[in-house]
Amino acid sequence: MTAVTGRTATGLPRVPAVAVCAHFLVNYRRTWRAGVFSSFLLPVLTVVGFGYGVGAYVDQGVGGVPYLWWLVPGLIASTTLQVVVAESTWPVHSNFKWVRTYHAQVAAPLRTGDIVAGHLAFVLLRVLTSVVAFLLVAAAFGALRSPWAVAVAPIALLLGLAVAAPVFAFSAWVPSDSYLALLFRFAVIPMTLFSGVFFPVESMPAGLRPIAWATPLWHGVDLCRAATLGVAPQWSVAGHLLYLAVWAAVGWWLALRAFRRQLVV
Amino acid sequence: MTIGQPLIQARGLVKRFGDFTAVDGIDVEVRRGEAFGFLGPNGAGKSSTMRMIGCISPPSGGELRILGLDPVRDGPAVRARLGVCPQLDSLDPELTVRENLTTYARYFGIPRRVARERAAELLDFVQLTERAESRVDPLSGGMKRRLTIARALVNDPEIVLLDEPTTGLDPQARHLVWERLFRLKQQGVTLVLTTHYMDEAEQLCDRLVVMDGGRIVAEGSPRALIERHATREVVELRFAGDSQEAFAGKLDGLGERVEVLPDRILLYVSDGDAAVAEVSARGLDPAGVLVRRGSLEDVFLHLTGRTLID
Repeated sequence: MTAVTGRTATGLPRVPAVAVCAHFLVNYRRTWRAGVFSSFLLPVLTVVGFGYGVGAYVDQGVGGVPYLWWLVPGLIASTTLQVVVAESTWPVHSNFKWVRTYHAQVAAPLRTGDIVAGHLAFVLLRVLTSVVAFLLVAAAFGALRSPWAVAVAPIALLLGLAVAAPVFAFSAWVPSDSYLALLFRFAVIPMTLFSGVFFPVESMPAGLRPIAWATPLWHGVDLCRAATLGVAPQWSVAGHLLYLAVWAAVGWWLALRAFRRQLVV
Repeated sequence: MTIGQPLIQARGLVKRFGDFTAVDGIDVEVRRGEAFGFLGPNGAGKSSTMRMIGCISPPSGGELRILGLDPVRDGPAVRARLGVCPQLDSLDPELTVRENLTTYARYFGIPRRVARERAAELLDFVQLTERAESRVDPLSGGMKRRLTIARALVNDPEIVLLDEPTTGLDPQARHLVWERLFRLKQQGVTLVLTTHYMDEAEQLCDRLVVMDGGRIVAEGSPRALIERHATREVVELRFAGDSQEAFAGKLDGLGERVEVLPDRILLYVSDGDAAVAEVSARGLDPAGVLVRRGSLEDVFLHLTGRTLID
């Protein structure tokens, strides 16, 4: 038998977060076919169902554009939210509790920040593939009205980070997975319904509008809509980007703290 | 680091969780090439100590040096040279056996080609080559533990930390793990393990410490510990009837120590057969007699008590 030890010691990965991300990509390889299928199927279903189904009742369109054109960018932003939350709740919680992947990673020469960054990078890659698929579907339906539509991908990535980072913190912090369902009930579903995805925020009572403006989703929706329709957003672009960046930065800080509390004790 | 300096050196090492002191000022030295064991009942502080050595738990007090480095400041540099086999499995059940090794190798900056070669060697070493392309999920507990050990070796570590490496395994699986660990020891790898199996400690450890309540209560080689804290032989007597206690008085002065248990009486003696003859000479007729060698288990129970700790 050859000796399994005794050679020169190895060092550290050049970019540790890439090694972490690679693990999740290898894992994803098992299910990517089903993932790709649904990445195209869901957009088609929602565009047909809401765009044409509901759109048939919206005679004047919204703000002068057909309902389908108006709806699609909102659906892209809300798909980003769905993908991010799905990838940042149970998978994160499980990597602490059941599969214990993070515990294995922290025993290797990785820092907590490498683990958070590597897994976030994987989630953003999932966002990117989903959004690109949706854009292709949207183009096929003629719903991309401006060359600015290419900006949707980076906007979705920023929105993805603004949501994923705090959700990482939440999933790491909660003691049991039953809390994760609360996140869907009290954050994801209301946010999806009332952030200007399906109808303009202005049609809500004035007192409720600030709640929509506070959610990261509305900022993503407004930016995506401006990009695909080629119009100016309701807020300044810089204001939107800054607001999402603050969510991302605070979320990152919270995630790092929550991960440390679990892994380095 | 100079030759001969201990690989692991702890002085007055303390770990506190809030008000609870898990490790209460221990001194430990582990030298290159030895197999060192932490023994103790549940809650003795073994795993907390292992986590501090693994650089994922900052000490609350005292001094700790691993490979001459500081575990908090130089954590990643130390961990690059450690192999860790944790108490709870942390394999990725969705990946294949081989992928579990190759993805882990990347955390150490091992190039892909080298990682593949290394994985093949290690799978051979832990006898999992035939299952290389199988997913981890359906593997038996023993196979998973062997894969975890292989994963701990992927970076060619100088020290391998094994936290209860055979807990929950069936006897065949345990013996196979022991045999592989023994081979590692022969190759000069320093092993640090925790266990509450005395046979495991006797089989594998050159030197060990017995921990209880966060402190070290004894230290030495298994043989030295038996000599110091137990006797060469132990006679186990079972008397018919409800109470063993009634017979204890008649055994006074037999051997170094007499221990009365609910179901039997233990005589700690240097010569078991002579003690049995003396028991008969005193007119006693036990229903069962067993003469055996003094073991690490006797030492352990003597030092940490028979009371259940939960």
